[in-house]
Amino acid sequence: MYSHASESLIKQAREIQEPELQKFYSRLVKLLQGKELGHETVDSLQRLHLILSATKYTRTLPSELRTRLLSLLSSPVEQLQVLSSAVLREMAPLSGEELNYIQENVGQLNSQTAALLLSKAGTRADLSSVCAQLLRSLDNRPSEGSANSLMHVLPVLNSVLTHSPECLTEDHMTLLNKKLVDWLRYASIVQGGGASSGRFFTGPRSRQPVPIAELDGTVSGDFFTVLCVGQGFTEDQWMNVYSFSMLHHWLLTSHSASNGNTTAETANRLQLSLSHSFSNDDRSEVDGSVVSMVSATSSSSRLLPPKERLREKAFQYCQRLIEQSDRKAQKKTDTELQKACLVEAVCILDCVCVEDASLVFRTFPCIKALFGRLSPDLSFARVLLPIAQFYLNHGEMAALDCESVWKLVLGQFPAVLFNDPFLAHELLRFLRLNLEKLQLRVPQYTHFFPNLLKFLAWDSPAVVDDFVDLLPSLVTPATAVELLHTLLDLPCLSATLVLQLRSTCLPISEPGGRGLLSLDAFRNPSFRGLFLFMLRAEAGSGDTIDRLSTLHDLLTEAADWPRVVQCAQTIPVLLHIYFNTIVTVADEKLLAHLILVMLERSCVLLNIPTYIKEIHRVFSCHLLRLCKLHPSLVVDQSHELLEFAGIPGNVYSKEEIYTHVVWVLGEYLSVSCDSRCSVRLITTCFETLEAVLFEITSSGSLPGAVCPAPRVITTLMSALAKLASRSHDLIPRVSLFLSKLRTVTRGGSVPWCSDEEDLVAIVTRGEELWSLLKAPGVAQSILTPSPHITTPQWHRDTNVAMPLQLRALTSLTHSQ
Amino acid sequence: MVRCFLIHTVCPISALSAGECRVLYSRVFGPDEAVLSEEHRELSPEERRLLQKEKVAVVARQVHSAVTLSREASGRQPVEMVPGEEALALQDADSGVARLRAGDPFDQEMSVLWLGVQSLGFTLVCEPHENLLLAEGTLRNLTRHCLEHLHMLGSGSEVLLKSSRIDVLLSRLLPHGQLLFLNHRFAQSLEKEVAAYMAK
Repeated sequence: MYSHASESLIKQAREIQEPELQKFYSRLVKLLQGKELGHETVDSLQRLHLILSATKYTRTLPSELRTRLLSLLSSPVEQLQVLSSAVLREMAPLSGEELNYIQENVGQLNSQTAALLLSKAGTRADLSSVCAQLLRSLDNRPSEGSANSLMHVLPVLNSVLTHSPECLTEDHMTLLNKKLVDWLRYASIVQGGGASSGRFFTGPRSRQPVPIAELDGTVSGDFFTVLCVGQGFTEDQWMNVYSFSMLHHWLLTSHSASNGNTTAETANRLQLSLSHSFSNDDRSEVDGSVVSMVSATSSSSRLLPPKERLREKAFQYCQRLIEQSDRKAQKKTDTELQKACLVEAVCILDCVCVEDASLVFRTFPCIKALFGRLSPDLSFARVLLPIAQFYLNHGEMAALDCESVWKLVLGQFPAVLFNDPFLAHELLRFLRLNLEKLQLRVPQYTHFFPNLLKFLAWDSPAVVDDFVDLLPSLVTPATAVELLHTLLDLPCLSATLVLQLRSTCLPISEPGGRGLLSLDAFRNPSFRGLFLFMLRAEAGSGDTIDRLSTLHDLLTEAADWPRVVQCAQTIPVLLHIYFNTIVTVADEKLLAHLILVMLERSCVLLNIPTYIKEIHRVFSCHLLRLCKLHPSLVVDQSHELLEFAGIPGNVYSKEEIYTHVVWVLGEYLSVSCDSRCSVRLITTCFETLEAVLFEITSSGSLPGAVCPAPRVITTLMSALAKLASRSHDLIPRVSLFLSKLRTVTRGGSVPWCSDEEDLVAIVTRGEELWSLLKAPGVAQSILTPSPHITTPQWHRDTNVAMPLQLRALTSLTHSQ
Repeated sequence: MVRCFLIHTVCPISALSAGECRVLYSRVFGPDEAVLSEEHRELSPEERRLLQKEKVAVVARQVHSAVTLSREASGRQPVEMVPGEEALALQDADSGVARLRAGDPFDQEMSVLWLGVQSLGFTLVCEPHENLLLAEGTLRNLTRHCLEHLHMLGSGSEVLLKSSRIDVLLSRLLPHGQLLFLNHRFAQSLEKEVAAYMAK
């Protein structure tokens, strides 16, 4: 818990004044000069750390204090090491002198000093020198007893490797490869430390070594792994744990670091694989101790170069782990560890197979068996993902049928485990990383989009980022229409998933389940089909359903469920991505269809007011873009667009879309956009819009009625003027309307516009259009400009710019 | 590797204004990535430190929002717990994982694992190829030890005044950001060491 006291501590630490701070420093120096460093020192160091870390700005310590702190790094008391390292990490970088001091006085780098040097390294060279120092300590075999001092070396090296692999030289790599083989494969197989079968009366010398055990308690008959237990552990067993923990990363990085000489390597490997099948002695190369090996998979690899040898040992280690994971662990935490080990083992096997394809055939039987064993149990889903990765990477080579893998990963996982945030994260990451391969080898991938979107429907904020990347891959001509419907109904899916979980959690008799009408509906067999459609796993059973509005009614109460609202908030972004992608893959026929879907769906949406408004905004934006891109779409779909524009109710309920529909009709219903555009079509359109404009500017007198948005009125007026400029017979009708408008508004107020400024703007626009239409030729060139004026390129070219501008001006002045 | 571990506040608390989030402990492992990146090479040490602090704050704020949204969606509000109920509090904790895009705020993409225990967030920033199953176990284990050894369910300020205890925990359970495959025996022997340290 965070209390006011803690908050005030942080504030004090930030606001402490300089004189007070100096006093504190000198008191601390005095304390550190003392022989015994007691409680008070520790407490002061802790406070010093708080003062330094609580602020964003670096404070400067007196040099004497810094020196004292540096000397604490080699203190025998761990607490002092920890504190001095923590304090110094918050400070300005170490000076050259200070680095020298550490070099000379700390000798073998302890963990805390290494942490300090890493975090304060200012260049790659600094990192290299830390690595070199650590590797030296690794190479000089330590005497027994200084055991723990080596354990931090591997994590530090791994950390450097992450940030800057080039800090390790080829020699370093070789040394580490050898060391890792040793620790992984040849750790002692007897229990270390306090473990012994010796009793009180038997002295330490006569203690019998106790063999290590498996997690189920049986005596282990093979080499040591992280899944072996004992009363205590020896140093090399600890190193085994550390080695395995960094193995995957090591293989990944050292592979990418030395990718250059692959041909030489392959030749080497071929030669050696011939010899190694005959050789029979398998022993640690470095320390020469022979350990009994019972491993069934063990094969001699002594003659392999270090890198290949490590690969071989990694392979054996993982095989053994997979075997060991089948044992029933006595502790629950170990069961969890077994799962984590399976993930790691499969990832490492995948990694070694990528490096050396010849291992694929040796690995596949084991992976296949593992898949067979784990796939019926969904609690192993997160282990099955790396297995799927393995199939994706190597399935083709082994000519395996992967169908069941994809059914499981794309079909079952999202459907059943949509509410597992970790699986969602890992599965979506898997898809993101393998997108190209998936599209190539798993053609059914896009068909599973209704299933994949369940992750988004359930936990939108956590996964929306992944879908921003994935969605374009799901947009294809085949899925386009259904995907659009599905996205629009995603808040319904969200609500349905909530209901599905509730209905399984709460028995029908449970009072908590009552009072939810939607839950009753979910359980009602007559609505079953609607919900089942929402929950479908694959696309292809139809774009949408007839009784969609029934479903929306059933889910009315879900409109304010936080999960549903969160989902609704992400849809506009995804729709933008959808439309941006669709224009790159769809033909005109499909785009025409999508325009229809937009018009139709604009009034069939789950009733969340802000959601509807946002969707209308997105639709408007993309309707405009589609028409701009393909103006002939407007003539194609003129019937439906006119039907939409002819309903006066749409002016009020769908203001945004309505305005845009009217605008595209006015703008693109023209012969210059599509030669099929007849005078009759223009006249029909004119009449439809005229009727609506007339209706909305004459009604609205009912008290309390909503006024039409001024923008709709001006857009309608402009559209009429544009159409009239293309068919001059219509000009008198517009002019009549506009003149009437002026007369009506002379009185000052009208029932259809409450704001005076708006009214002035409307009238001004009307007057402008009216006077423009008095000169039909000018009206046409302004209201329907030809493409070379609307998309002017000429101004970029100095040679053509002038004549073109002149011509444009001439055409304006002379057309009268 | 794990890039950083932090403890911060996650929900509105009386000591802070709404939406504010306080980082109580943070540990960034390994070298500072700004030193090694082309883009930030020119920064002074002071600026690099500021950048690193800001990165940590960004993560804390992201997790703060994630926890808030997740609690809102599930409709579960945390029940007050008192010291002694650490195991229960941990069982009751919200958990989740989020993706940080490359450059936002770390140079490479990262996965953020979080546990929301009452008003406290415990967060690990991992490289995305890490074994998240192992990371999850490690985070739970770390959180349990922090709650117990720093009495974090109480109202004291030990998380600020005894932060070296967390450093020691990390040096055992997550040395230099390395996730470890520790079976219960290994874990026990580390716990003994930790307990001995805390008893001092």
